[in-house]
Amino acid sequence: MAMLEADDFVKGLQGIGFDFFTGVPDTILGGIIAHLTEERLYTPAVREDEAVAMAAGAYLGGKIPAVLMQNSGLGNALNVLASLNLIYQIPCLLLVSWRGFEGKDAPEHLVMGETMTKLLDTVRIPHRTLSGETIVEDLQWTAKTFMEKRIPVALLLKKGIVKTIQP
Amino acid sequence: MIGPEEGVMQSRAQAMAAILELMTDQPLIVCNGFPSREACKLRDRDQNFYMIGSMGATAGIGLGLALARPGKTVVVFDGDGNVLMSLGTLATIGALKPKNLIHVVFDNEVYGTTGNQPTYSRVVGLDKMAKAAGYLNVERVWEREDIVYEFKSMLGEEGPSFLLVKVNEQLEEADRIALAPAELTKRFKGSVS
Repeated sequence: MAMLEADDFVKGLQGIGFDFFTGVPDTILGGIIAHLTEERLYTPAVREDEAVAMAAGAYLGGKIPAVLMQNSGLGNALNVLASLNLIYQIPCLLLVSWRGFEGKDAPEHLVMGETMTKLLDTVRIPHRTLSGETIVEDLQWTAKTFMEKRIPVALLLKKGIVKTIQP
Repeated sequence: MIGPEEGVMQSRAQAMAAILELMTDQPLIVCNGFPSREACKLRDRDQNFYMIGSMGATAGIGLGLALARPGKTVVVFDGDGNVLMSLGTLATIGALKPKNLIHVVFDNEVYGTTGNQPTYSRVVGLDKMAKAAGYLNVERVWEREDIVYEFKSMLGEEGPSFLLVKVNEQLEEADRIALAPAELTKRFKGSVS
């Protein structure tokens, strides 16, 4: 399966309503962020919890927000997700790059790489792993879960699914 | 830095009341702890969003709202402990320069909700940090008439603006927020749409 082009993926997200994008970069997300920046759709944050807070504010203002982050950033964002989004029913899409997948990464990514999905299950954030073959269903699931549950939903992005700017 | 004479300083509730009186339909994000409880007691309105948790996220929420709704002036009621927890957000606001954001910080130099443990704002000037980060209008005030004058000016100016209000440690007796968090979301979202 060929890698998805970043602009097609962004179009897919826009197609299901997302119109506010913020986050903190990761190499896996580089292509998506480059395209969003080119289209003037991306507002950079300095920390993942700040990005989730900005997305919450944007949602309160009528936007449909998405937050891009490396999975290490989930740790930073956890308190805002738990004590703001989940209890206030403020949804956002978390587009999380899966560093440390199957233990194949630098040491700092291995613990979160192994435990991320359990962590998301524990705090009851629905998640799904994006793949090129199921992208249409993945996006439909994202939109449906976001609208029905009104809580954060995570799409996990492994290396090599969406084209990035660095090999 | 010369502080005010003993007794001149306002309580946060007094300072907050002075600002709330000047507000019309501006959406307001209030930080967690007693500030939200005090604002709710002083002047509850549909356009008030009270945080009960997520300390440090106040200005980030205000920024997101200001970016989403450039036609509305967004006011944030923050505390020194909250600002110190997310100093990076000063940089984000200073760099993005939303014209429609007024960031009010009630600085009592303590974590008042948890028992008055001192914060570093006694020695670190949050107004200087905001200025250095790129906020366009930055003022430090103690007295009621200055609070009123500067907030009125900021309502008419292009921001981002930063109003550091030095207050004393006195807490206003105020109950927890009665509305459930999800109800607050609905009420607030409806009021800004």
